[in-house]
Amino acid sequence: MESYWIPFVWLAFVGLLGGTAFKIVQMGRLASREKTVFPTLDAKHGARSVLHWLLPFGTRNMRLRPFFTVVSFAFHACLLITPLFVMGHAVLWQQSWGISWWSLPAPVADFMSLVVVAGGLFFILRRIAAPQVRNVTTWSDYAIVLLVIAPFVTGFVAHQGWLPSKHAIALHIASGIAWLLAIPFTRLAHMFWFVFSRAYMGSEFGAVRNARDW
Amino acid sequence: MSDPTDMMIADAGIDEGIKKLTPERIEQTIRHVLDNESAARMKVYLETCVHCGLCAEACHTYNSRDRDPDYAPVAKVKNTLWEMVKRKGKVDGPFLKNAARIAFTECGACRRCSMYCPFGIDIAYQIMTVRRICSLLGLVPQYLQDTTNSHAVTSNQMWVQPDDWIDTLMWQEEEAMSELSGARIPLDKEGADVFYSVIAPEPKILAQLIGNMAVIMKAANIDWTMPSADGWDNSNMAMYSGDFEVMGRVERAHWERAAQLRVKRIVMGECGHAYRGAVYDGPKWLAWKQPPIPMVHAVEFYYELIKSGKLVIKRKIEEPVTVQDPCNIVRGRGLHDKLRYVIKALCEDFRDMEPRHEHNYCCAAGGGVINCGPPWKLSRMKSIRCKADQLAATKASLIITPCHNCHSGIEDIIGHYKLGMHVKFINELLVKAIDLES
Amino acid sequence: MPNQATVDWTAGKKTVADLGEIRKEYSEVREFVASPDGERIAVVVRKDDDVVGVCVNGQVWEQDLEKAWHLAFGPDNRLTALVRVDDEWTVAVDGELWEERYEFVWNTKFSADGSRIAAQMKQDMRYGVSVNGQAWETLYASCRDYALSGDGESVAALVQVEDLPEADIFKFLEGTWSVAVNEQPWERKYLNVYAPCFDETGKRVAVEVRTDATQYTVAEDDEPWETKYTCVWEPSFRPGHRGIVVPVRVSGAWTLAEGGKPLWKNRFMQLWRQRFSPDGKRIAAVVAPSYGRWTIAVDDVAWDQTFGDMVLAPLFSPDGKHVAATVKQENRWGVAVDGRAWSETFDMVWEPVFSPEGDVVLAKVERDGRYRLVANDRLWKPTFELLWDPVVSPDGKHVLVRGVVDEKYFRQVVSLGEIMG
Repeated sequence: MESYWIPFVWLAFVGLLGGTAFKIVQMGRLASREKTVFPTLDAKHGARSVLHWLLPFGTRNMRLRPFFTVVSFAFHACLLITPLFVMGHAVLWQQSWGISWWSLPAPVADFMSLVVVAGGLFFILRRIAAPQVRNVTTWSDYAIVLLVIAPFVTGFVAHQGWLPSKHAIALHIASGIAWLLAIPFTRLAHMFWFVFSRAYMGSEFGAVRNARDW
Repeated sequence: MSDPTDMMIADAGIDEGIKKLTPERIEQTIRHVLDNESAARMKVYLETCVHCGLCAEACHTYNSRDRDPDYAPVAKVKNTLWEMVKRKGKVDGPFLKNAARIAFTECGACRRCSMYCPFGIDIAYQIMTVRRICSLLGLVPQYLQDTTNSHAVTSNQMWVQPDDWIDTLMWQEEEAMSELSGARIPLDKEGADVFYSVIAPEPKILAQLIGNMAVIMKAANIDWTMPSADGWDNSNMAMYSGDFEVMGRVERAHWERAAQLRVKRIVMGECGHAYRGAVYDGPKWLAWKQPPIPMVHAVEFYYELIKSGKLVIKRKIEEPVTVQDPCNIVRGRGLHDKLRYVIKALCEDFRDMEPRHEHNYCCAAGGGVINCGPPWKLSRMKSIRCKADQLAATKASLIITPCHNCHSGIEDIIGHYKLGMHVKFINELLVKAIDLES
Repeated sequence: MPNQATVDWTAGKKTVADLGEIRKEYSEVREFVASPDGERIAVVVRKDDDVVGVCVNGQVWEQDLEKAWHLAFGPDNRLTALVRVDDEWTVAVDGELWEERYEFVWNTKFSADGSRIAAQMKQDMRYGVSVNGQAWETLYASCRDYALSGDGESVAALVQVEDLPEADIFKFLEGTWSVAVNEQPWERKYLNVYAPCFDETGKRVAVEVRTDATQYTVAEDDEPWETKYTCVWEPSFRPGHRGIVVPVRVSGAWTLAEGGKPLWKNRFMQLWRQRFSPDGKRIAAVVAPSYGRWTIAVDDVAWDQTFGDMVLAPLFSPDGKHVAATVKQENRWGVAVDGRAWSETFDMVWEPVFSPEGDVVLAKVERDGRYRLVANDRLWKPTFELLWDPVVSPDGKHVLVRGVVDEKYFRQVVSLGEIMG
């Protein structure tokens, strides 16, 4: 990686972590203004619900649509795991902070990147093909999927050497930065809101209403 | 798109209300509700929804209306709340008419969709927020608003006059005495173990249910009472019309009457929404985290009486029976297993429904939908074909509905879809099945 | 509250009636009611299949009644019952029936000295109030509740002044309700009227009114305050002051207002049941300082100790220095005095009473199916099958105990010291 990227990468991480922290603090303030939110949250029932929804086929809706469930879980798992453990990134972790950890064998990382891309394309096709999804889709929904798969496409391209390395890496880094920065400020925020919204619903269903929400 | 005939339905409550609105009032009201009456939850829900449509098949209206995408829960939010947020409250009359129709008649706030949304977004809460806006703007379906007006004036749901209430209890006491010697309806008995509360349709049109309860209480030897004054009605349609001030007033009257009579707990009749109003929505608005006095739904009470042997079942029902799990006591209280315990104790031939328990479909009458009245009945029937299929598949002849809305809603479904079945409350079966001699 | 002057404060125990005998004699015996002075115990009994009677100290009123309910002793110890004779309802006072008969009669109330007795009545499907057997001549489409002034000379009733056709939500918005003071309706009409009350003189009336679908305020003698609120609860006149004090909801939180202006600075998640010290200088109310926590606030300062289930209306001591309230936490009832809950908890607690000096709080409680008296957190040993609220003598030295043991109803004047142990 060229050294002039470094400030941008910093910016991306600061933006991601800072933005997320900002959103969570802001939401925490709003939640205390709402007065009933925190007293309703219940650790046991919240966790129970989150776990069911993190477990493949852990809910009725997942069981009703097995293909979607497999695609969705594969997509999200590869999306989170690949950037952390791909060899190219592991080297950077090592160089920058001296952290070294296990990395994915290159063919596996390639495959996982393709899973993300394929998953993204599936989501786009589903948006077009399924009326109940198309009906609530806006241009931003497509843009978000493209934004999410862009670093994987460019990373894959860079690794395969289909473009001059310098250009490919530049595209990869730029798209990766955009992706990280977008997380706190777009609907990608579901990455962290998921835990809160699901835990709240799990608390209401479980602790207040004595019922299951999966 | 939404059914064009439904979009044309005239409802004076909405249509006349729109005529009185100004763009300023619309904008101010919407912004007030979004800025001051909702906060973190609404914001998280709006930011989290990824428009995936996975909630669609949770909804009985979507499933019943040939998977028309406009009936998916997310589409209902899109066509109401999202637009209000996007346009910062600058919406017009035709938009609001559409929004009111969706919020009041095409969603029963049954919360099934929250069990299908991966993020647990409370879509019913978002729709209730739309209803709140409509209520503040004076755009509530006429019959539902009239019910709310009744609550505001009388505390009960059906304009029952104070003397009619007392007179009905005395009449039902006589009826109960003729069934079982010594049966009574003790009025205002301080310190009783049980305060029994009902919804206004009981004294108004189904008084025998109160008489039945007097027989059951005597047979089980329960120390109980009913109040002679306001606070006897546990129902709450103001909760569904979005008039939370009236909702709070009604619930307060109910709890304070029970506290005044120094009772140990409240047992309530077979009604679902009333349970929700009395145990969750009402107390929450009034600042109670849980009901101030323990409250037990009739299903739980019957379970307790049968399980403990206080009631002995002598004659079981022989015809094939199925059960409607009421949203507000199953998704809302997890009473499905106790409900089945009671039914199996009462019936020889029980045939369960599919899907069931928390996943059961709403009857399409709850959530204030049936209270929108005759103009909306056909629309309601179109929205619940999936329930007709579900009922027919059980091949039962009797449907047990431990909820007044379910009872009326399913009677309508049976009539509309010519299912040839009939509907009963547990109370009616129990009073015939128990041993009155021992 | 009984008139303590009518009570015989001579110490000692007097058995008044054998309830076992009454239960043996009649096929059905309903709930017993004891008179404030403890001298009488009354109950509705079934004399025959279709005939009931009112039995007082074992003697049944001569009059045969088709129905009788709501036995209530007035402060002057007279016994009232709501009774049906020849398919018509009336009020019976110590066995004498009011001459007037009604389609229905209910909700008996007494003047402070008990000399005037009022009840709501219905005749020819029209509603009103009857005082000492004289019904209003002007009757209304409906009447939901009423207040009787302390001297019993005035009645303020919530009345429906316009007929409302079925499901007419538009006429409802124009206002169909008002207040009738001694039959005469106020001029203004409101969507709703609630909770009427009189001032000490019995001349001024305050009610909670709803002026449009989303606005509530207080009207004093038909004059609504200019300040409107999104919700209000029961108003009350502050003794010795001109002001009307009312809980109001402002920006989603509750506080107290007086005369349309904020009175307290703090905001609560809930606030109701405001009560005044006898001189009107101090105010206590039930408040929820946070979601699901309840306590009492005195002069805008909430007690530190809060309760999860419920707190009932506060009570000032006669000297205005102390405040007590019934509290409930984790489904156990208790009493809190000046911010501290008693250590003893109960299955049920009835309204506590202060001694005249304000140093003792007494209450009837229930534990394990028996009733007892408790004073300043100490349980008095005797247990009762039935028990009525204790009455403390004006000198604060004695307590009138009205209770049932072994089916015998007795009245007993006990020294407060003995109960305190």
